Amino acid sequence: MNANNALVFSVMAGSFLLAALLAVVQIPEWLQWARPEWVALTLLYWCIALPHRIGIFTALLLGLLIDALEGAVLGQNAFSLTVLALCALLLYQRLRVFSLWQQCAVVFVVIGLHQLVGQWVQNLEGSGARSLLFLLPAVSSALLWPMMLQVLRSVRRYYRIS
Amino acid sequence: MVVGLIAADLRYNNLGRTRAVLDTLVAPIIWVADIPARLGQWQNTHIRTRARLVEDSARLQRENLLLQGRSLQMASLQAENTRLRGLLNSTTMLRSDVLVAELIGVSPDPMRHQLVLNKGASDGVYVGQPLIDADGLMGQVVEVGEVTSRVLLLTDLTHSVPVQVNRNGVRAIAEGTGSLDALEVQHISATTDIREGDLLVSSGLGGRFPVGYPIAEVVLVQRDPGQPFARVLARPSAALNRSRHVLLVFVKAAEDAAPASQVP
Repeated sequence: MNANNALVFSVMAGSFLLAALLAVVQIPEWLQWARPEWVALTLLYWCIALPHRIGIFTALLLGLLIDALEGAVLGQNAFSLTVLALCALLLYQRLRVFSLWQQCAVVFVVIGLHQLVGQWVQNLEGSGARSLLFLLPAVSSALLWPMMLQVLRSVRRYYRIS
Repeated sequence: MVVGLIAADLRYNNLGRTRAVLDTLVAPIIWVADIPARLGQWQNTHIRTRARLVEDSARLQRENLLLQGRSLQMASLQAENTRLRGLLNSTTMLRSDVLVAELIGVSPDPMRHQLVLNKGASDGVYVGQPLIDADGLMGQVVEVGEVTSRVLLLTDLTHSVPVQVNRNGVRAIAEGTGSLDALEVQHISATTDIREGDLLVSSGLGGRFPVGYPIAEVVLVQRDPGQPFARVLARPSAALNRSRHVLLVFVKAAEDAAPASQVP
């Protein structure tokens, strides 16, 4: 059981690290507004798949890490990821039985909410976006959800994590 | 708890140490994320045709000749400047030390114009330190980790810099607009003498940036008789989204050294 726990932890930490890398790696300028929220997607998957292991506290720690990584106000991503995790924990039973396209729609709404909370904090700081472009990541994340689901699900099955 | 954190960071600004520790923690991630960019760089420098190299070498030689020619008079001009300043009873201008740093990260959020550099507290970088590239002022250091530091660019929405027009010394404040190629010069009254093509240099009034570094070139002046202030836009001189090697200027060290090196 103990070894299993360590495995679960390392697999999850690995996936989050990879997502964090993807979140800061340099991409062409025209793509920047549409950069998918990798970390949020990964967190969402783990929340839906293993709600008894991943929850609000993980989201909080993860958010602090991302804040430091992005140079955001300390707590911005912590806040928005916590909201995301909360939504996922409330919705996971329904999400599991949805069809893929319904899931994408829900992901769109939830990531959009995550973006809104982030924007709200940024506006407090005075560096909020001037247009609705900040919602683009919600679209790109929703489009990427099927791929994310497949990859993370196969990883989870490969390591037999539950 | 989260709200408390946000408030603490935003309002009271007292999480400096925590931020420094966190920055040091995430440094490896940023370093790894930079690998693709570094590969591109490596490819640029190592895999080139002979023709390109010859061309580059010729260009650099020309440039070098030009710069050397220009700097011939530098010594005598500097001496003259010091003498004249002595006559005017003002303090001597000091040449400041610089440290070459390399860019290893760019903020993923397009609204946040921040860079991550590969020099940190262990190299003597401090918060508030100005950053320049070959063409002008770029921004200032806002966070210092052990081996990395984070820089806020001039064009960030939350950044302002005191400037003056190089031609006639009119003072103003240039604010970032959130767009990489525009600064807005605030509160220029409709009758002020400022024209398109004017060079804005740092005025050094805030005590943060050294005097005389080029900042931006005025590209648009709109005077609306109904408005008390003119709308002035300027394009930053520094290559904000292109430079990979940048210079950190040590202003503090120069100031500390000032009393000792002053000649009566």
